[in-house]
Amino acid sequence: MNNIKAGTERVVTGAHYGWKGWLAQRVTGVIIFIWVAVMALHWLFASDLSFAGWNAFMGCGAVKTLTLFTILAVVYHAWIGVRDIWMDYVKSARVRMFLHVFTILWLLGCALYGIGAVLAI
Amino acid sequence: MGQSPQKAQRAEFRNIGISDLRNYRLPLAGKVSILHRISGLGLFLFLPLIMALIVSVFTSEQKFATAHSILTNPLVKIILLGLIWAILHHAVAGIRYILIDLHYKVSKEGGHQTALVVLIISLALTALFAVKLFA
Repeated sequence: MNNIKAGTERVVTGAHYGWKGWLAQRVTGVIIFIWVAVMALHWLFASDLSFAGWNAFMGCGAVKTLTLFTILAVVYHAWIGVRDIWMDYVKSARVRMFLHVFTILWLLGCALYGIGAVLAI
Repeated sequence: MGQSPQKAQRAEFRNIGISDLRNYRLPLAGKVSILHRISGLGLFLFLPLIMALIVSVFTSEQKFATAHSILTNPLVKIILLGLIWAILHHAVAGIRYILIDLHYKVSKEGGHQTALVVLIISLALTALFAVKLFA
């Protein structure tokens, strides 16, 4: 074994799939952050917070697209994060499997509910 | 193990269990970290509610009015403020993780400093939105 422990020359072992989750968590996190910031600023500073005001704001192309991206980002982000929590604390494989399936169905259900409404506008 | 007489006796924790949590002195960075988890799990569990709010804006005036009337209930506002805190803490602590990935302030003292900044920013923003929510 090569004994270089740091830097670009080190030998990385393992299945190599962890870094994809790590990167996805950051990319999706930034997308969600942007959506939250846009919504928060609108809530704080927009003059018209009636249905018409919100509907026109959320229905414009850019915000609609951002919202759709954000819903998909939330699914992936929450799947990685919540899965990590189950993996860390739930020792029984049977319970963990149940929680994983629940998590996937919960997230997909929320996403379909949201995407359906956004696309219908 | 030799112990100097000046040093106060402190409990030692190895492989802590649930019963040890009350006495375990988690450093500030650790508190920010576990709150990141708790807020994330909370947001996951309340996701249908958050989604329902978004959907109400997209569907109809009646749905929006229903959502609006439910949200004026003070008890619902407290839940909503909890969710707002969860989003803000999760977001600000998340930025801290990205900064750590970029090797920013990766040290015992630096970690403590950035954890403190996360708490100050997220709680200040929560207070700002609390004023907006209850005003």
